[in-house]
Amino acid sequence: MSKKLVEVKNLKQYFNVGGSILKPKYVKAVDNVSLFINKGETLGLVGESGCGKTTLGRTILRLYEPTGGQIFYDGKDITKVDMLPYRRKMQIVFQDPYASLDPRMTVGDIVGEAIDIHKLAKNKNERRDIIISLLERVGLNSEHANRYPHEFSGGQRQRIGIARALAVNPEFIVCDEPVSALDVSIQAQIINMFEELQEEMGLTYLFIAHDLSVVKHISQRIGVMYLGKLVELAESFELIFHSAHPYTKSLISAIPVADPISARSSKRIVLEGDVPSPLNPPSGCRFRTRCPYATDICAEKEPELREISSGHYTACHHFDKI
Amino acid sequence: MSNKKKNLLSFQLDVSDFLPANEEEKQSLVVMRESVSFWRDGLRRFRKNKIGMISLVVIILIMIFAFVLPEFYPYSYEQQIRGSENLAPMQYSEEELARIAAGEKVFPHFLGTDLLGRDQTVRLMMGTRISLIVGIVASVLVLLIGSFYGTIAGYFGGKVDLVMMRIVDIIYTVPDILIIILLMVTLKYPLKNLAETNPSFAWIDTIGVGLICIFIVFCLLYWVGMARIVRSQILSIKEQEFVTAAKALGASHSRIIRKHLLTNVMGTLIVTTTLQIPSSIFTESFLSFIGIGVAAPMPSLGSMASLAIDGIYSYPYRLLAPAIMISLIILSFNLLGDALRDAFDPKLKN
Repeated sequence: MSKKLVEVKNLKQYFNVGGSILKPKYVKAVDNVSLFINKGETLGLVGESGCGKTTLGRTILRLYEPTGGQIFYDGKDITKVDMLPYRRKMQIVFQDPYASLDPRMTVGDIVGEAIDIHKLAKNKNERRDIIISLLERVGLNSEHANRYPHEFSGGQRQRIGIARALAVNPEFIVCDEPVSALDVSIQAQIINMFEELQEEMGLTYLFIAHDLSVVKHISQRIGVMYLGKLVELAESFELIFHSAHPYTKSLISAIPVADPISARSSKRIVLEGDVPSPLNPPSGCRFRTRCPYATDICAEKEPELREISSGHYTACHHFDKI
Repeated sequence: MSNKKKNLLSFQLDVSDFLPANEEEKQSLVVMRESVSFWRDGLRRFRKNKIGMISLVVIILIMIFAFVLPEFYPYSYEQQIRGSENLAPMQYSEEELARIAAGEKVFPHFLGTDLLGRDQTVRLMMGTRISLIVGIVASVLVLLIGSFYGTIAGYFGGKVDLVMMRIVDIIYTVPDILIIILLMVTLKYPLKNLAETNPSFAWIDTIGVGLICIFIVFCLLYWVGMARIVRSQILSIKEQEFVTAAKALGASHSRIIRKHLLTNVMGTLIVTTTLQIPSSIFTESFLSFIGIGVAAPMPSLGSMASLAIDGIYSYPYRLLAPAIMISLIILSFNLLGDALRDAFDPKLKN
């Protein structure tokens, strides 16, 4: 189980947002992120909007060309290679089920696109059979194949998006906030489906979300991002109950508790101020402007991600005092 | 429960009303509506649009008038009828009157004849035919070049886009009339030579050097508007997630452009092309009017109007027919374009 399937080392993704040719301005959407995902596990990735979760997920799939760093898949460096063979192994499910399906294509063609690209079917009948089996696998039926995306509800569209990702029989799927656009009852259905598919097909997930309660349910390990940096990475239980980074602590304190008595007694850590602009991040530790524990060293030196106990990584100068 | 006689005023509820629905009942509630594709949906909206349908019918009638009727007409557009010069509408020449008196049947000149004795009605038909051909062919040329150029610029973006769009800006500033006159002057003799020496190019003479120059100018200059529209559409569509999804599936650039981008701008392409037709017709008529369009004896609506201007004091009615025809064609194509836009591109509608 502990074989690394996907690994990124010092991954950087900067976006040029103008400025002059001599002095271009960059948004450091992902800055020096290193992590690995074991085969068959689900790595959750949380953080607030604009912290670079989605960018990280898409850069791992080389949908954006990385500015720096390396991406390994199954031990092979795929940072510079032709991605076509890897497109059959790595797939993505998108956040917005309304924008991620081509409105001019039937559901059958959307799901079958991968079959056409990778020539997975010998003839039309086989193509049709594959499409129907995919649709049935995600809880739709064969009659839906001739319909258009606008005829479906949000949850059904997300199922179509999942069927499209499954069409190539992938090993690794980036789930880019697949449930945030759905209402809670549908969220549960889709998450359960992800878990069933993982069991059936031995999938590995990178599960991106901004909702910690969803992520802690589905993932074995969780990574927390803040302003393009990975600030903490640990096993789910460890992260929830022994978080070492002040940002993670405040996130966890914000998870709503279903029990009003214990909710009353729990204290919420409210962060001061706003997220600094990623165009001009603070020096040293990026979280220091909002951190209640910040000292001088936080402004001078950027904390490195280090292992504080087995499998628990954090990037904070003061983790032992918190 | 149901056997018990229920008091009419009782609020007691019937438990059987609250049982969960079984599979059969669920199925009966699923409303099966026929799946509607984008095109059928658009056509349905278009059929509901009265103005659009009327202009479509008018265009079809004009096309029959221009392409079918001349084949059955007793006069031809270049035939000069001796003695029938400068006739008023429905007027017969003395010779024709004599033939009628002799019991012969003579087809009337509905719109009279011109100063060379050519029947105006059939010339109007041929002129309309030329104008329509020019309008449609030029628009298709503009569509092909403009959408190709715009798609490349919009899809690849960045520096490619920057350079390509600056070229468009430069072309936009070139005065078209100047280019047409320049081309006419420089191409006239080479093309004529080609037509005379090489029999497979004999068609150049029938079409006329002027018309070829007009087509060349449309190919050179007029596609820029189309290119800009297509580029801006592609720019917004390529950022959508379904394009990213196609990339993640490993789709090639050409596949993304063909299957995802072009299908999604198709509505705009149709609308813009339809609206390009009247403007091409107008340009052609205008050029023929100032004398650099089609070659005589081939009539065009513009050259007919131009001829009519020469005799405006004696025969003012001669200007009416081509002028009305130009207005009718342009108006109905514009209205058709508007209706198509409402039907296929509802986002553009304000």
